Amino acid sequence: MSNTDKKGYLSVQDLVVEYRSGGETVQAVNHISFDLPSGRSLGLVGETGAGKTTTAKSIMRILPDHATQKVEGVIEYDGKDILKLSEAEMQKVRGGKISMIFQDPMTALNPVKTVGEQIAEGLKVHQGLDKVKAREKAIEMLNTVGISQDRVDEYPHQFSGGMKQRVVIAIALACNPELIIADEPTTALDVTIQAQVLELIKKLQEERGTSMILITHDLGVVAQICDDVAIVYAGEIVERGTLEEIYDHPMHPYTEGLFGAIPELSKDVHRLSPVPGLPPDPTSLPQGCYFAPRCPYATDACREKHFALEKVSGSHYVRCIKKEQEG
Amino acid sequence: MWKYIGKRLLQMIPILVVVAILIFTLMYFVPGDPIQILLGDSATPVQIEEARARLGLDQPYIVRLKDFVVDLCHLDFGESYMTGTNVGRELINRFPNTLILALFCVAVSLIFGIPIGIHCALKADKLPDRIWLFVTMLCSSMPSFWLALMLVLLFALRLGWLPSNGIGGWKYFVLPIMANSIGSIAGIARQTRSSMLETIRSDFVTTARSKGLSEKAVILKHALPNALIPIITIAGGHFGFMLGGTTVIESVFSIPGIGNYMLTGINNRDYPVVQGGIIYIAFAFAIMMLVTDLVYAFVDPRIKAQYVSGKKK
Repeated sequence: MSNTDKKGYLSVQDLVVEYRSGGETVQAVNHISFDLPSGRSLGLVGETGAGKTTTAKSIMRILPDHATQKVEGVIEYDGKDILKLSEAEMQKVRGGKISMIFQDPMTALNPVKTVGEQIAEGLKVHQGLDKVKAREKAIEMLNTVGISQDRVDEYPHQFSGGMKQRVVIAIALACNPELIIADEPTTALDVTIQAQVLELIKKLQEERGTSMILITHDLGVVAQICDDVAIVYAGEIVERGTLEEIYDHPMHPYTEGLFGAIPELSKDVHRLSPVPGLPPDPTSLPQGCYFAPRCPYATDACREKHFALEKVSGSHYVRCIKKEQEG
Repeated sequence: MWKYIGKRLLQMIPILVVVAILIFTLMYFVPGDPIQILLGDSATPVQIEEARARLGLDQPYIVRLKDFVVDLCHLDFGESYMTGTNVGRELINRFPNTLILALFCVAVSLIFGIPIGIHCALKADKLPDRIWLFVTMLCSSMPSFWLALMLVLLFALRLGWLPSNGIGGWKYFVLPIMANSIGSIAGIARQTRSSMLETIRSDFVTTARSKGLSEKAVILKHALPNALIPIITIAGGHFGFMLGGTTVIESVFSIPGIGNYMLTGINNRDYPVVQGGIIYIAFAFAIMMLVTDLVYAFVDPRIKAQYVSGKKK
């Protein structure tokens, strides 16, 4: 890859993150790799605890210090390994080049600072604006996310959940980042508000040509917004490809299971078919395929050997014995 | 906001009345006789009767209570049995000494306690944190009179840098403030540590960090303001308590403050002094509690909103 291609190119290679919890090692992320070219959007889909948020926080390098035991691998952005940057260099990346929209708007805002101040802060750091200019820009950002400018001096407790999430988005977008990581941006919101917020994120992403990683457990949301999809299970990617590849030809039993859990309006279905069982305990992962205990097609071979991600076609990859046997 | 302050001040009146009646009743029933102490063992029964009548101690409980409350309503605390001086005026004269002591103790405990607490929270469970936890535990367990005596031994007697007791300039306040602050520095540090530990793990601190703010800005501008409430509670309560006079410290260093005055009053069964002192302490404490609540509103806009809308009583 030439150097010019690397501008805004995110490449995660073999990312491993371990937490420490009550003397046990929690394997939160196990060798996750993916690439995100500039301007594209990737959906990371998986259940709670699959390691999606941990992956995102590793890219921002904001994992909780006190609990993190190990972070390994390479996270390359703009041709530099983020994990090797100094703290000062990293501060320029955070909020400036890469920024994050958090899951829970209720707790993501500082309760004792006005929303205007909270948006302006990043602008002062990254664009060197003075107080007055930063405030003007903050007001502009509020308008962008659809909040009236006379609310700039109000505190988070004076906003509703949906409005708070708009403020969180305004904070994330204030400095025109090249990459946005949206961590379940609509999970904590009302269904009616979810669509609005998603549309807003999509609109802003398209207008600004920003790359995006969207973390969600909602395949419907991914279909609306993303170009590429990666299905994450127990801290590893089990299937990845373009939106069409995954939605039209899901290969992995887990992906199939996820689709099975979505109600289809066109069919007369009485019950949803959830994926049976629970994700494996990340403190003691199974030896073979992590999904084997829940997989309807699991064989003895599945329980013994852990498979690699194999190419299906084009950019479609899957981690399953079915693929291995075909090839 | 002003309405809230007015309401709180009015609420103080019944509190003070109840305190006044309670302390009067308590002093009425407490054993010991001020006349005996005043006149000594050699007094004749006639002299004792005379003195008793002069001070109004021969009246029944209800009449004395009425006189006391009526005088109080005119802000008259009466005269000391022993010295004949006006209790109110004496309290006012002694107030500056107590105020200086209290003010500086609280300031010193905050100035040292908060940074130590933050440092511990940031290094939680690592060596520096453990050392500080041990030191602060030690400091808060040391009785202040013992610490006071040790400080006198070292700085006044051995090194001769500072005077050991009395008043007469800033130097005289250094040792009392040190003796009184070390325990509360430790208290504030421990409170700051636990409160900061909770705050630095909150989501909004992660948000602040993800904006690219420096670690210093994240801690001082985002985490600390949110961790302040319990620290203010402790510091406010401590300040109110010390405005009542730090009896032990004032005695050890012979500072003519309110605590010392009260102590003498109690020993002599000097009822007007004790009653006046207690009412002053109740008043000072109530005012400090109000100030503390107002500081909350200043620190946290959510609390301010409650006061303004009048939801909080």
